[in-house]
This record gives sequence, C-alpha cells and structure tokens, in this order.
Amino acid sequence: MYDVIIIGAGVTGCAVARELSRYEANVCVIESEEDFWCGTSKAHSSIVHAGFDCTPGTLMARFNVRGNEMMEDLAKDLEIPFKRNGSLVVCIHKEELGGLQDLYDRGIANGVPDMKILSREELLEMEPNLSDNVEGALYAPTGGIICPFKLNIAMAENANVNGVDFFFNTRAEKLTRDDEGLWHIRTNNGEYITRYVVNAAGLYSDYFHNMVSENKIHITPRRGDYCILDKETGDLVEKTIFPQPTKMGKGILVAPTIHGNLFVGPTAINMDDDCKDFTATTQEGIAELIEKGGMYVKDLPIRKVITSFAGNRAHEDGHEFILGEPEDAPHFIDCAGIESPGLTSSPAIGEYIGEMMRDMMGLKEKDNWIATRKDVVSTEGLSLEERNELIKENPAYGTIICRCESVTEGEILDAIHRPLGARSLDGVKRRTRAGTGRCQAGFCSPRVMEILQRELDLPMEEITKTGGKSAMVFGRTKLEEGAR
Amino acid sequence: MKAYDIVIVGGGPAGLAAAVAAKRAGNDSILILERDHELGGILNQCIHNGFGLHTFKEELTGPEYASRYIEQVIELGIDYKLNTMVMDISQDKVVTAMNREDGMFTIPAKAVILAMGCRERPRGALNIPGYRPAGIYSAGTAQRLVNIEGYMPGKEVVILGSGDIGLIMARRMTFEGANVKCVAELLPFSGGLKRNIVQCLDDYGIPLLLSHTVVDIEGRERVEAVTIAEVDENLKPIPGTEKRYTCDTLMLSTGLIPENELSRSAGVEMSPITSGPLVNESFETSIPGVFACGNVLHVHDLVDYVSEEADKAGEHAAAYVAADGALAEGGEEVKVVAEGGARYTVPTTVNVERLGDSLTIRFRVSGVFTGSYVNVYLDDERISHKKKRIMAPGEMEQVVIPKSKLAEHADLKTITVKVESE
Repeated sequence: MYDVIIIGAGVTGCAVARELSRYEANVCVIESEEDFWCGTSKAHSSIVHAGFDCTPGTLMARFNVRGNEMMEDLAKDLEIPFKRNGSLVVCIHKEELGGLQDLYDRGIANGVPDMKILSREELLEMEPNLSDNVEGALYAPTGGIICPFKLNIAMAENANVNGVDFFFNTRAEKLTRDDEGLWHIRTNNGEYITRYVVNAAGLYSDYFHNMVSENKIHITPRRGDYCILDKETGDLVEKTIFPQPTKMGKGILVAPTIHGNLFVGPTAINMDDDCKDFTATTQEGIAELIEKGGMYVKDLPIRKVITSFAGNRAHEDGHEFILGEPEDAPHFIDCAGIESPGLTSSPAIGEYIGEMMRDMMGLKEKDNWIATRKDVVSTEGLSLEERNELIKENPAYGTIICRCESVTEGEILDAIHRPLGARSLDGVKRRTRAGTGRCQAGFCSPRVMEILQRELDLPMEEITKTGGKSAMVFGRTKLEEGAR
Repeated sequence: MKAYDIVIVGGGPAGLAAAVAAKRAGNDSILILERDHELGGILNQCIHNGFGLHTFKEELTGPEYASRYIEQVIELGIDYKLNTMVMDISQDKVVTAMNREDGMFTIPAKAVILAMGCRERPRGALNIPGYRPAGIYSAGTAQRLVNIEGYMPGKEVVILGSGDIGLIMARRMTFEGANVKCVAELLPFSGGLKRNIVQCLDDYGIPLLLSHTVVDIEGRERVEAVTIAEVDENLKPIPGTEKRYTCDTLMLSTGLIPENELSRSAGVEMSPITSGPLVNESFETSIPGVFACGNVLHVHDLVDYVSEEADKAGEHAAAYVAADGALAEGGEEVKVVAEGGARYTVPTTVNVERLGDSLTIRFRVSGVFTGSYVNVYLDDERISHKKKRIMAPGEMEQVVIPKSKLAEHADLKTITVKVESE
C-alpha cells in the first residue's frame, strides 16, 4: 500500500513526486506509457516563460512567475540545460503597439521583473534578423529555454533516489474509494491501493477527475505542430520571438533551442475529445508554421527543417490550472488543465502540492533527502584532456555513435544503465540526444539498436522505437536464417 | 601521436583510392581514418553487382570492389585506423580524431583529403505530415540492417523516392520475401539509373509512380498505412488523387547530401548546388593542401568515377606535399561555369598549367533532356557540340577537353558547359 500514488510521469507528475520525496511517505508514480514524457510533456515549446501574458490573479500567473524564479537553482541542482535567453513579443503593426503596454502592465501585476518596451531601433539592434517591418517589442529578460526531457527526468530521477517508485506500462483504468477511505486503482498490471491520489494525467486528467467528482471538468486536446531546423540556423535569433498572444495561446514562436537548433511553432488547433492521442502533423499545420513563422523573422530558412512533430495541450475550458482536492473527492488531488505555462510552472506546482499534502497528511521531512542529481555525462564541449580522462576510465566514451550530435557509446550506456534508464530508441534519444541531429538517426539507429539489444539482453525483435508495438525489425532475413 | 604527411578522412571508395594513388605517387606517410569497424565504406552493404565495369571491366559486388582497393592499401603498407571518428579539421590542417584505444588525439598534416561521403535525406526534411512511428527507414539504413546485420526492417513496404538505393532495396526486400507495393517519386522522372529501374522494379512488377508523394503516415507505434497522392507541376498534392496503401514500412530514397560538417568548420568554401566543396582541377579546395573527392564532393552515380576522381586527388595531394606546398607556378585561374540545363560543374576552376593531358568536367542536368546538346565554350568560342539522345538528373555527365585545346586559346577566362536545344 502507498501513501500517495501519482498518475502520470509527465513533467507535472514528476515535479510533484520530487517534492513529495522530501517527506517520510511511501510514494509511487504510475505511467501508462513505457517512459516519461509520453504525452504533452514531450511535444511543446520548451520555453521557460517570463509570465507577462497570464491574467493577473490566476494560478497560471502565480505559478508561472514562481516556476520561472525557481528554475535557475533547480537547473543547477539537477544538472538541467537551461538558459535565460530572454523573450520578445514583437509587433509588426503600429496599432498593435498598445497591446505591448497591456502586456507590460500585466507583467508588472504578475511580478515579472526587468521588463522593457523596446523601440524599433532598440529591437533591431538586439535582434538584427527580425523582419524589416517590426515596430517594437516587449522585452522580458527572465524568459528562458530549457531541455524539456531533462527537466522531466531530472526531477523523476531525483525523486527515485529519494525513494519514489516508478511503474511504467501501467495504465490506470478505474478509481474507487473503499469504506476505509482508501483509493483502489485498477490498472492493466493489477490493483494499487493508496491513501492519496495525485491526478497528473495531463490530457486525461478530466477523465480521472470526472470519475471521482460531480463537479465535472473538460479538457480539450489543442494540437500544436512544430518544426525543428538544422543547427546551422540556430543563431538566427538569440531570444524567443513571440507574436502578440491571442485567446488560442501565445502564437507561433521562433526561438533557438537549448541545444542550438531553431524551432518554429506551435499551431493551435482544437481537436475532438476522442483525439487526445492524435499527434500526427498535418499538411495544413506545417504550411501555417512556414507562413507565420516567416512574418517576424527575415528569410526564415525553412528548407533547413530536420524534423516536425505535433503534441496536444491539455486545455481546460476555463483556461486555468485546477490544483487541489475537489470538495466531493477527499484525498484525490488534482493537477489538471496543465497547459502553457505548464512546463515553467511545474516546479512551483510541485512545491505547492507538496506543501499542501505535507500539511494535509502531517508528513515529516526526511533528514537524509538528497537535493541534487547528476546528469548523463555529456561529452559535448569537453576539452581534449577532459575527454581523455573520461576515455581512460571508460573507453566507451571514445566511440562516437551519433555523429550528428557527437554522442558517445559511454553516454548511451549511462542512459541505459542508470536507474529508470532507457529501454527504447526514443528513450536513448531523449536522454542523450543520439538521433536528434540532422540525419535523424539514419546513421545511429542500427548501432543504438545493437547496444540496446546487448545491454538489455533482448532479442532484436523486442527492441522498440518507443515501447509497445513499435518494434524496429521483424526477425532475421532469409539469408541469415539460412546461414544458421 | 605520430605526424603524417597526408591524412585521409574516410576509408570508403574515395579514401581508399586516394590513399593508393598518393602512395604510388611516392608519398610514404599516409594515414586513413575510418569511423566504421572496417574499411570499404558504404560499399560493404552494397552486396548487389554492377560495380567496376569501367575500372576493372568486370561486374563486381560492392564488397568485392572495395576489397580490390583494401588489398592494395594493405600491400602498400598504408596506415589506417578503424573505429576512429574525426572530430575536427583546423584551417592549418591539424586533424583531431578519437577512438577507444588512443582517446582523443591530434595529427598535424601537410595535406588532408576529405572523403567522408554522404548521408541520406531524412523524413523530417521532407515535411511529410503524419505520425512518427517505427518503420520509417531511409533506404541506406534499411540496407545496412538487411545486408550487414541480417534483420528484416519490414514486410509490407512502400518506398518514397526513386534514388538508386531505394531501387536496389525494392529488389532486395523482394528477394527476402517482403511485399514491395510501389515506389513513389515526387518528380516526373526518376533520380536513379535507368538500369536500376529496369532490373529492380520492372523485372519484379513493382510500379513506379512518377509525380506522386506520400501525404500521410498512419500508425502511432509502427507504420500501418501511408497515403500517396499525385502532385501537380508545382509538386503540390492534387486533392482527390489520394490512395491509401496498408504497409508496415516506409522506406525513403529521396536524395543524398554530401557530409561536409568537417569541411565547413575548417572553413572550406562550399557550392550551394552540390553541397560539396568548390574544387579546382587538382581536386583542391579553397584551403591549399585540403583536397576533396568522392560523394563528399558531389554525389556520384557510379563508384568508378569516385575512384577516378580520388585517384587524381591522391596524386595531387602527394605532389603538393612533395613540392612543400608550392604547386606549379604560373598559369591563370580559369572559371568553369554550368549553364542551360547543366546544374553545376566539378571542378569550378582550372589552372591549365597544372593539367595532365586533358580536363574532365563532370556535371548533372536539371531535368530530362531528349535530343539536346552538350556544348562547351572557351569564352565565346564553341569548341564542342555533342548531341545526346537522353540526359537525366539520375546520371552524371562528363566532357573531356584536351589540354592542347585549352592551351591554344589565348587569355582564356571562362569554360562554359551548356546543355541546350541546339
């Protein structure tokens, strides 16, 4: 029996898990997919928002600004690639300039520090590659970019060292509360019993909420398509370039990624309720990115796209985070409707829910809580001497597997063998970047498959791209069969 | 680490031929750096025949062709390092590389030969909408899995793009019992060799759908189906022409890109058309003493031409080292320009003084040309006028100009290769 079961190993669930791991409590996370970040947490803008566009007084505003403030120390403690590159909301029509002042005022009300409204000249000096027709911008230096996978997994790994269990491929199906007030969670892997449930099920958070509460909520999957461009183009802009926000969201941005690519996106398309898992890109979506991304940046080199993807935001009808215990569902804690600025807010949501549950449950702090975590050693940017020291210790750091991103076998072995390690090609990719480069795994996938097979001692047919039925190969060739 | 006169980056057909030529030209200090665990490069996975008709007057398989050169490298005692990745080449020709045994090391070289080959254009670069499941392979990756690792990447296959590797894989997968449903090609003509269309598709009844592309990929985990539509003259899908093909695999053979990350960071000047370095008649790049050959320079149709160019690059690298970097004095730099239906030329500059008996200019055409002419002009004077029955982008073209012709043209500025209707 658990004290707390968290449903969902996305960024919110893992943030809550890390905060709960501070206390003497038996906590686990159940996740329906084979790895972390398989829903909204894997496909979004990876921006640490400054917090100027949220409506003052909302939870979104509060947790955005708090999360942004927390990110720097968190990134240091947990070794997460993070950079405050600054955000710009750019105007291309004079009549929009008033909108900048509104955003500025909202930012002040929300407690966003150091913002400034820039003239056309100041703006172009800061970002010379913006289009010629820009009129001005709001500049928020606290805006940042982060590795979304690392933020998610760093909090999870840290929670895990501090005693939180993780169960993957475990899909919560039904929640019932027994006479003693304990929650029974039926899953495809048997029943779990717990005193408290945290609903961090992302797009499915309405499903679990509505199962236990009469105060119904509704989550609309709101799809966003993205393009990632070659690293050659990564210095086109230094800051995150936003258009003015609309009621559908923050609009199509152009920004560098923390790893030096350029990204363009997202679209915002409301989907039907049964399309929560529809993450295919569409022709129209990609066309829209190409058109709108080019409005604010001069000569957007869209031919340098290396990949496109799509994800769904968990858009709650009231466009607000739903956090805490519904009146009619005791010991059931919602973290629902987490959409942008959800990634930024996640550490703050974790902190808030952690403290709330500490008080509710009367939890005591551990005296041996470990606050830091070591990332997979990245050989990128190491000096010759540093590399040689590493290779001397472990020769696998001398073999490059992913040549586009210069990822070594040592890094991949670390990603596989560390606790909660990678079990699929995508698992390796998101932990090490092997396969994220310009050849998009054309060269390294057979090699990563071979390493996974060897290290996990599995037949090649069981090596998957991303768990489930995503097998990479269907057995031996005739030639090979004959030879045997 | 020991210093070498000539460091060759890549032990595929280009690197091997360059090494052998440099050695035969008298250089005894040559090192080949190869990232894979054996020499031979991509030829090792090309187990079909058809290699070497020009070079050896025989039909060899890829590994056989490679072994002819590997044997020479071994006989000649040329040094090579396997499993070694070159991480950087500096402008002053210091090569930084890494492997398990030696760690990361630097080699100061007098000459460097770039022979890194090319890579395949991935799905992402094509903006094909749809899901991103397992089962989408570039043809070369699939070829490696089948021919080297011995695994079946799929059973029901659709191929997008009619590059040579895709055509070869259509046949290879058929041999292995897979059902290859069709090959779709965006353009109105194939990017592959005619002989491959006949021998790999026609002979097995695999349809080639010209002016068609993939407009959707279904399947969240593994590919379940793709939708193919016809495209108009602007290459835009035509609504209403969509047809769904159930399949578990989508193979892509949609173009090869010379792999020039190292060349770029070294500061070598590049051609925007070939994505390879700009070179002169000696296969020397904009950095003196840095040479380039093979698919890193421009994508070839036949390996025989790779060997031929690499041979020259190796010879010139050896001459460069022997002359202590001071190549033949005198002679003006003449520009080589592609016009009309010719897309580019290799080389792009010529110093007539440094030529052997003749100048070979290789190029590709921008579309299918029937009954057109390949004309060569020395400044304004047309010196060659050859009718070609058919020219297609999938096949490399060449013109050979005797050195004497060039030498007799006083004050020559520009050589123009022009594909035109008369």
